[in-house]
Amino acid sequence: MALSDTLEHYVLLASLIFTIGGVGFLVRRNVLVQLMSIELMLNSVNLLLVAFNRVHGATMGGQMFAFFIIAVAAAEVAVGLAIILSYYRLKSTVYTDEADLMRH
Amino acid sequence: MSAGDLLFALCAVACLAGAIITITAQNPIRGAMGLLTTIFGIAGLFLILQAEFLTAIQLIVYAGAVVVLFVFVLMLLGADARAPARSGRSGASRAFGGGLFALISIFALISVGSGDGKLTKFGPVAESHGSVEAVGREMFTKGIFAFELASALLIVAVIGAIAVARSRQGAVRPKRTIRSPRDLFAGPVHPRDAGRPLPSEGAE
Repeated sequence: MALSDTLEHYVLLASLIFTIGGVGFLVRRNVLVQLMSIELMLNSVNLLLVAFNRVHGATMGGQMFAFFIIAVAAAEVAVGLAIILSYYRLKSTVYTDEADLMRH
Repeated sequence: MSAGDLLFALCAVACLAGAIITITAQNPIRGAMGLLTTIFGIAGLFLILQAEFLTAIQLIVYAGAVVVLFVFVLMLLGADARAPARSGRSGASRAFGGGLFALISIFALISVGSGDGKLTKFGPVAESHGSVEAVGREMFTKGIFAFELASALLIVAVIGAIAVARSRQGAVRPKRTIRSPRDLFAGPVHPRDAGRPLPSEGAE
């Protein structure tokens, strides 16, 4: 049994990482850890795209998608961390329980 | 077991361990290190999948920029951001949501995995698959519009980040009032000299 040349192993690994990231996003209250969980999910999707691109090797579409996802993730992290910084200035905490300014 | 299998096992273990550390670590710095482990593991998997260009991009952008940015912000916020100020609400609903999400995704995985049991093996690909040249050619022919849009997005994101995170303390500096000669000196007075009269005050 070959581990590294079977698509299903990559799919399994990517979905496990995605699940861990999703659980982290839902369970943790620290905004920074939640942002890291989002990064985990984006990374697992990238892995999936590249693995499927390896199967359908005639084109580079999957790797291009992964590249653009990386670009979008970088932009998202920059803006997200800026928002966290200004939120921290406002409330002196980074915990989502305190983020109730827009509660009805 | 070939070298590729060994690398796959190593990277998979690194990915999973890093992911679990990321979401369980109480200290967010440790979580950032877990994220770094996962990113390195995924870069190794990209290498196995013959995506050399993406391996380099993954290491440069994620390990070099994103994790460093996280660590910067964690250091900037410091230890104050670690301890929760008050835990008003219980964690039961969050634990329920997380558990439900995990159950659904594991169930989906099992239901997909129990198909006909046939595994998809990777076929042979061209030697240039995933190289900088091949990806670059694809990107600047088919994906040129998306590429330009991505650059516009990054510029907008940088400007937006600066606009959101910029401190506005400089704009509301209080008006300076001069009551004593000491106020003419801008900086803080040394504690040793704080209560001591200035020479001109003493002369009067």
